[in-house]
Amino acid sequence: MKENILQKLKILAESAKFDVSCASSGTTRKNIPGGIGSASGWGICHSFTEDGRCVSLLKIMLTNHCIYDCAYCINRRSNDLSRATFSVQELVELTIEFYRRNYIEGLFLSSGVVRNPDYTMERMVKVVKDLRVVHRYNGYIHMKTIPGASESLIQDAGLYADRLSVNIEIPTETNLKMLAPEKDHQSVYKPMAYIQQGVLQSHEERRKFRSAPRFAPAGQSTQMIIGATDESDKQILNTSSILYTKPSMKRVYYSGFIPVNSYDNRLPAVKQAPLVRENRLYQADWLMRFYQFKVNEIVDDAYPNLDLEIDPKLAWALRHPEFFPVDINKADYSLLLRVPGLGVKSAKLIVASRRFGKITSGALKKMGVVMKKAQYFITCHELGYHYTIHEASPEYIRKVLTEKKIKKQKVPRNQLLFNFSDE
Amino acid sequence: MIIFRYDKTFEGLLTVVFDAYVRKTFPEMLLNLHEVEPLFAEEIHVVITDEKNAGRVWKALEKKISRSACNMITHVWLSEIEKVDLLIFRFICKVFKHEESIETNFADPDVLEMQQIAKKVSFEKHRLIQFVRFQKAADNIFFAPVAPVFNSLPLAIHHFIDRFADQKWVIYDTKRKYGYYYDLKKAVEMTLDTEDSFPYGQLDENLMAEDEKLFQELWKSYFKALTIKERINLKLHRQHMPRRYWKYITEKR
Repeated sequence: MKENILQKLKILAESAKFDVSCASSGTTRKNIPGGIGSASGWGICHSFTEDGRCVSLLKIMLTNHCIYDCAYCINRRSNDLSRATFSVQELVELTIEFYRRNYIEGLFLSSGVVRNPDYTMERMVKVVKDLRVVHRYNGYIHMKTIPGASESLIQDAGLYADRLSVNIEIPTETNLKMLAPEKDHQSVYKPMAYIQQGVLQSHEERRKFRSAPRFAPAGQSTQMIIGATDESDKQILNTSSILYTKPSMKRVYYSGFIPVNSYDNRLPAVKQAPLVRENRLYQADWLMRFYQFKVNEIVDDAYPNLDLEIDPKLAWALRHPEFFPVDINKADYSLLLRVPGLGVKSAKLIVASRRFGKITSGALKKMGVVMKKAQYFITCHELGYHYTIHEASPEYIRKVLTEKKIKKQKVPRNQLLFNFSDE
Repeated sequence: MIIFRYDKTFEGLLTVVFDAYVRKTFPEMLLNLHEVEPLFAEEIHVVITDEKNAGRVWKALEKKISRSACNMITHVWLSEIEKVDLLIFRFICKVFKHEESIETNFADPDVLEMQQIAKKVSFEKHRLIQFVRFQKAADNIFFAPVAPVFNSLPLAIHHFIDRFADQKWVIYDTKRKYGYYYDLKKAVEMTLDTEDSFPYGQLDENLMAEDEKLFQELWKSYFKALTIKERINLKLHRQHMPRRYWKYITEKR
């Protein structure tokens, strides 16, 4: 029996690990008397795997049996791999025991599709309902919604889960059709709309009655695979920005394509996951969510793909020297956010501090501003010893900022170098 | 150089502030009661900790600066960094000196340093919340040894009280030799006479609950299975979960 669980846990964790979402933020829930667990608004990572990703939730599949045959998925029907299924009881116990030891922040429940979407969804709902109702569990629950599941099941899920998610996987429908002929975008957008509706409805009701039940209080998220198909960053980011217009959409995740089914010749042959591109997409995503950037400022027809060498904010700044230099002591918060090397935190510190007096470049440095980048784009009252972007020219700045990186990697700083010629 | 001696307690430090304002002399160095003074001490005053006076200083602070700035002071105190008491002293004096609250003037080096140390201490508290690993003992008490860099345990304790309300637990700081025991109603401070029951941070097998080994095993293999081998990045891994915590982290032991 115990051997059995260990085996299942391994198989189903292997199958679930490609889902990148692991956020446990967005809800605050106090423990109820006699219950276990709480959720803390910020989200807590309890561990980090050797690939550097956080482990916040027990990311697990109910089963990795699946009726679909999607080219990008490791659990596709035609793959020959060990399959396993947890019983509801087993999974509930595992979650509670892990939680009691502070291993995890909650549960991320996903599943392969067995028989039909509704049947699968029903079993998943049973797990989360058991946790909440029988075990009085108040920790975080993230639940995947199966594309094509009926509205009533999604309604049930929203009552128990903190966050629901439906994965888009492939940003454009034509490409989705190519890789997963049994799926379409319709079956993804429909559950998204149900969730959105549920969230709005619950907001409305809670305005009238404070005790009205919450519906997926941490909203919903989704995921796109990057690099499996030929979409440009412009297409991807446009899809994201449309998704973000829905108030319930909290996060779009980008997952660099890992060739799990390399035999399938519909997929590109790549050696390594496009990690840099993935990183740049996340940076662009952050610009849209926290730095008040519009999507067409980051990518447009002239620049449909993100620059892999420099971050998207620096790239924007180099394309738009007319916005600079920004005066640290006077400029609006929104303008400060546009300066490369200045983040949300340092921008807030600057706005808070400059009421007391002029801010010097030394103070900026201490506050955590990356002066290496920022120096070309700002003036503060005593700063005159360096070039601004207009004197230095965007090309020069770009060269300086990208060159140094390469140098640093090659030559260890604390070592003397001797050049022996070959003669 | 003006030197004040005090007993190195927080109340003591607040009394230092009180005495300084009464005597109108402001110390440039704070020493423990028995520390040897430097050669050129021109004035030495021994502060006798007085709870009433300390309370008056704290009340005045609460009036002058926000709640979060008061919390910042306690955070910085808990950092236990050497000579941090003098920094706190200077900060408090600055607060009283200025008409308006200076707590957000981060261009001032003392305010910025206070904020940065407080941030570090608060981060260490977060690390505790992240990396505490309970082991279930045979008597159904969940036990977790920790060794934070700063004395952040008191700051984190209410999180654990709320979250693990229906189980008895002990979190023990092996570096500072004290901990908290939660008995389903409240958490009380406690000390252990010996640390023999958990050599190398792991609970002795005879004391472990029956299924504890199994769940540790399950967690370890789950952790291993979750890694994506195509994306191994050990530097990032260590950055998020520094080596100094590994001793007490089940999956890294």
